[in-house]
Amino acid sequence: MAFHTRALLGACAVAALCVPATAETLTIATVNNGDMIRMQGLTQDFTDKTGHDVEWVTLEENVLRQRVTQDIAAKGGQFDIMTIGMYETPIWGKQDWLVALDDLPASYDTDDILPAMRGGLSLDGKLYAAPFYGESSMIMYRTDLMEKAGLEMPDAPTWEFVADAARKMTDKDNEIYGICLRGKAGWGENMAFLTATGNAFGARWFDMDWKPQFDSPQWKETLSFYIDLLNEAGPPGASTNGFNENLSLFQQGKCGMWIDATVAASFVTNPADSTVADKVGFALAPDTGLGKRGNWLWAWALAIPAGTQKEAAAKQFIEWATSKEYLELVASKEGWANVPPGTRTSLYENPEYAKVPFAKMTLDSINSADPTNPTVDPVPYIGVQFVAIPEFAGIATQVGQEFSAALAGQQTVDEALAKAQTLTAEEMEAAGY
Amino acid sequence: MATQHSRSAARIMMAPAVVLLLGWMLIPLTMTLYFSFKKFLPLRGGDLGWVGFDNYVRFVSSSAFWPSVQTTLIIVGGVLVITVMLGVLLAILLDQPLWGQGIVRILVIAPFFVMPTVSALVWKNMFMDPVNGLFAHLWKFFGAQPVEWLSDAPLFSIILIVSWQWLPFATLILLTAIQSLDSEQLEASEMDGAPPLARFGFIILPHLSRAITIVVLIQTIFLLAVFAEIFVTTQGSFGTRTLTYLIFQRVLESQNVGLGSAGGVYAIILANIVAIFLMRIVGKNLDS
Amino acid sequence: MARAVTNRRKALNTLVAWSVGLLIFFPILWTILTSFKTEAQAINDPPLFLFFDWTLENYAVVQERSDYMRFLWNSVIIAGGSTVIGIIIAVPAAWSMAFVPSKRTKDILLWMLSTKMLPAVGVLYPIYLLFIELGLLDTRIGLTIVLMLINLPIIVWMLYTYFKEIPGEILEAARMDGAALKEEILYILTPMAVPGIASTLLLNIILAWNEAFWTLNLTAAKAAPLTAFIASYSSPEGLFYAKLSAASTMAIAPILILGWFSQKQLVRGLTFGAVK
Repeated sequence: MAFHTRALLGACAVAALCVPATAETLTIATVNNGDMIRMQGLTQDFTDKTGHDVEWVTLEENVLRQRVTQDIAAKGGQFDIMTIGMYETPIWGKQDWLVALDDLPASYDTDDILPAMRGGLSLDGKLYAAPFYGESSMIMYRTDLMEKAGLEMPDAPTWEFVADAARKMTDKDNEIYGICLRGKAGWGENMAFLTATGNAFGARWFDMDWKPQFDSPQWKETLSFYIDLLNEAGPPGASTNGFNENLSLFQQGKCGMWIDATVAASFVTNPADSTVADKVGFALAPDTGLGKRGNWLWAWALAIPAGTQKEAAAKQFIEWATSKEYLELVASKEGWANVPPGTRTSLYENPEYAKVPFAKMTLDSINSADPTNPTVDPVPYIGVQFVAIPEFAGIATQVGQEFSAALAGQQTVDEALAKAQTLTAEEMEAAGY
Repeated sequence: MATQHSRSAARIMMAPAVVLLLGWMLIPLTMTLYFSFKKFLPLRGGDLGWVGFDNYVRFVSSSAFWPSVQTTLIIVGGVLVITVMLGVLLAILLDQPLWGQGIVRILVIAPFFVMPTVSALVWKNMFMDPVNGLFAHLWKFFGAQPVEWLSDAPLFSIILIVSWQWLPFATLILLTAIQSLDSEQLEASEMDGAPPLARFGFIILPHLSRAITIVVLIQTIFLLAVFAEIFVTTQGSFGTRTLTYLIFQRVLESQNVGLGSAGGVYAIILANIVAIFLMRIVGKNLDS
Repeated sequence: MARAVTNRRKALNTLVAWSVGLLIFFPILWTILTSFKTEAQAINDPPLFLFFDWTLENYAVVQERSDYMRFLWNSVIIAGGSTVIGIIIAVPAAWSMAFVPSKRTKDILLWMLSTKMLPAVGVLYPIYLLFIELGLLDTRIGLTIVLMLINLPIIVWMLYTYFKEIPGEILEAARMDGAALKEEILYILTPMAVPGIASTLLLNIILAWNEAFWTLNLTAAKAAPLTAFIASYSSPEGLFYAKLSAASTMAIAPILILGWFSQKQLVRGLTFGAVK
C-alpha cells in the first residue's frame, strides 16, 4: 500500500500539483448506488494522499441526471466532477463540454480499461470519462426454484426457454413470481431493458433513414411477448418496478429470475442483504436465435465539466477513484465481491477475483455486447439499450410511459406502439431529422 | 380621511414589495418569452435562431398537450373537493366539545409540516407498494387482491397524497371560521328545534363561504404547481402528466428550452385564467 | 340529566375525533416507527407495529453518510432568513394597504398573489442563467432571495388581513395626541400586530422549509438544505425502507416540533381574512 501511495504522490509531484498550498475542495455529483456510497466512505484515503477535500452531492438517479444535465447545458459550473453514463459521454464530449482524459499518467494504465468500456466512453479516440463501474445485463436466477421446476438453465438460454421456466416457477399463492423485469417508465429504466430485448427480437429504433420503426412486426412481437410474460409470471405492480424495486423483490426471494444489470450480482449474493444469497445462478441474457442477445452495455463514469477551476485536482480524484489501487483498497476492506466491477482487464485476470461466482459471467456479458452493431438489421446509431443522439432521453422516456401504461393494462400493445411511433416521429421532426 | 402626506408615505412603503415582485415577474417572463420564439436546444449547440410561433404551435399540437391540461384540472379539482369537504366535516368535529382537543388538533395538523418529497416517498413505498406496502398487507389480511395503486389508480393515488398534505390547512382555516360563529345563534336555532342538517345548511355553511373561497384560492395557487408528488411516484406515467410536468419533460428531459418556454407561457395563461376566475369570486367576497 | 347527555355526546365526539386524528397522523407515526426497525423488519409480513427490536442503527448510517447538521443549518438559514426578510419588506406594504387603502389596493393584492402562479419549471432555465451571471448558484443568499420572493405575496396578504382587523379609531386617537408615524407604528401598531406577525412567520417558515423545487435545482453542496438531503435516500439499491424512514424523520422532525409547540399561535393567525 505504501508503495502505491508513493507512486501516486510521485505522479502528482511531476505535475507539481500536490503542494499542500493548492489543496482544493472538489464538489462531486454522484448517484446513490451502493458502489458510490462505498466510495464516499473511502474519501479519506484520497484526502490523505492528495490533501484535497471532497464535498459529495449524492442524489437519486433521476434527480442526478436532471441536475447535471441542467448544469452542464447552462454552464453553471456547480460541479467539478459529474457522474454520468455511456449515453451522455459522447454527446457531451462532442459539444466540448467535458475535459478530455487523454493525459493520465502511465501508472494509471489507461490501456487496462476494458476495450468495450473505453470505446463507449471515448469520442474520436479520446477518453472523456473514466469508468467507475461497468455493467452489462444478464439473467440472475434461483437455482433452487429452477431445480424444483425440473429445469436446468443453459449458459446461453433462449427467450422461449426463459418464458417457459418463468411460468413454471411462478407460485403466486406463495408470492413467488417467475420473472421480474423492469416496467417503470424511463429511458434508463424500462426502455433500457426493452430496447436491448428488442434487439434480440430483431427490432430497432430507426432504419437507416432515421424513420422510427415502432410500426414494425418485430416491435409488436417484443412488446406483446414482454407484457404477456409479465402478466402471467411477473410480480404485482410490475409497471412501476425499476432496478431498485426488482432488486428488493429478488433479495426477498420473490423472483425466480431477474434479467438486469450485472452489478446486481454482488447485491443478490451478499448474505447481509439477501435472503437467497447462496441460491443464485447466472446466465447470459436470452436471445431468439437471430444472432443478437439482449444484453446491454453501460458504465457509470466520472467526467470533468469543461471550465472548472479545479481541473488538476479533479483529474487526481478520477485517477484515484478509477485506479487499480482503488479496487485493491475496496477489496482489502470489504472483500473482492464488493469491488466496482466491469472496468479493468487486470481485475478479471486476478486469481482472487476469479473466485467470485459472478465474475466470469459478468465479463462474458460485457464482451458479448456490441454497441456499434447492436441490431439484426442495420441502424444509423450507436448504443445497445439507447440511441446515442441528444433527443433520445426525452423521446424514450415518453415511449417508456406508453409501454408502461400498456403493461398496466391501460391500453393495448397496438395503441402503445402507435402512440410511440407518432411521438417519436414528432420529436425527430422537431429535432430536424 | 387620508391626507396627501400619508398617501405618498403609503406609496413609498409599498414600493419595495411592489418593485421586487414586479422584477420577479417581469425578468423571468421576458426571458421565457424570448426563449419561446427561439429554437433553443442546448444539446445541439444552443441558440439555433428565431422560429416565430413554431414552438407554440408544436406545443399545443403535440398529442400530450390536452390530456395534460385535463390531468392538471382533475388533480386540482379533486384535491379541492376532497380537502374542502373533509375540511368542513373535520372543522365541525373539532369544534365540538371533546377531551384532548389540543392533542387531536396536533395530530390533524401534522401532515402540513411534511415536505412534499417525503410524503410522496412515504406513501409510494410504505403504503402503496403492491408487495411490501401497508395497504397490500391490509388487503391481503381481508383476503383481497392487493391493489396496484400507482398503476391502476394513478390519479386517485396522487390526489390522495396531495389531499393528505393539504387537508390540515383547509381544516385549520375552516375551524377558525367556525369558531367565530356566534354560538348563541346556533343555540337559538337548536332551541327552535332546527334539525342538524338544516342548521348546517342554513347557518354554518353560509358562514363558511368566505373561508371556503380563501381555502380554494390559496390551495389552487399551490396545487397548480404540484410537482414533487408526481416526480417521485409515477414520473408522469399512466396519465398523470400535468401541464407542469409536461413542461418539465420538454425543458429538462428533452432539453428543448424553446419548446418548454412556449409551454411555460401557456401555463402562465392557464394559471391566469384560473386566477381571474378565482379572483372575481374572492374579490367580491373580500369586499362584502 | 342534561349533563349526562352532554357527557355521552362528548365521549362519542372524543372517540370519533381521536380516531380521525390518529388516522391522519398514522403515515407519520408509521414512518417514525419504521425508522427504528432493521431493514428486514421494515418489510416484515405481517407488519410489525411496536414489538420489534428497536434500533438506532439507521440514524447512525444516515448520519455517517451525510452530514445532517449542515443540511439542517442550511434549511434553518434559508427558511428563517427568507421569512424574516420577507416580513421586513411586507410589513410597510401591508400597513399602507390596510390603513391608507386606495381604489387599487385590492387589485395590487390580487396581482401580487397572481405572481405566485408563475410555473417554476417554465422559468427554471432563465433563472438558472441569471443565477450564473450573478454568481448566486449554490449560495444561501441566492436561495433566500428566491424563497422570499415566492412567499412575499402570501406574507403581504396575511399581514394585510391582520392589520385590517386593527380598529382605525385607535390610530385616529393616537394621531390626535400628536404621535408621529414612527411612534404610531412602534408603540401602537406593533404590539397589536405581534400575534399576526408571529403566525405569518410560522406559516412561511413551514412553506419555505418544504419548498422542494428551487431548493433542489439551485443548490449543489454548499447551500443544499434538507430537501436535497432526502433526495439521496429515495430508492437507492437494496432494501431502504428503514433508512428512508430515518432520513425522512430527520428531515421533518425540526419543523414538526416547531409546528407543534407553536400550533396555538399558528392556528390563531391562520385566517387569511377568512373570518370577519
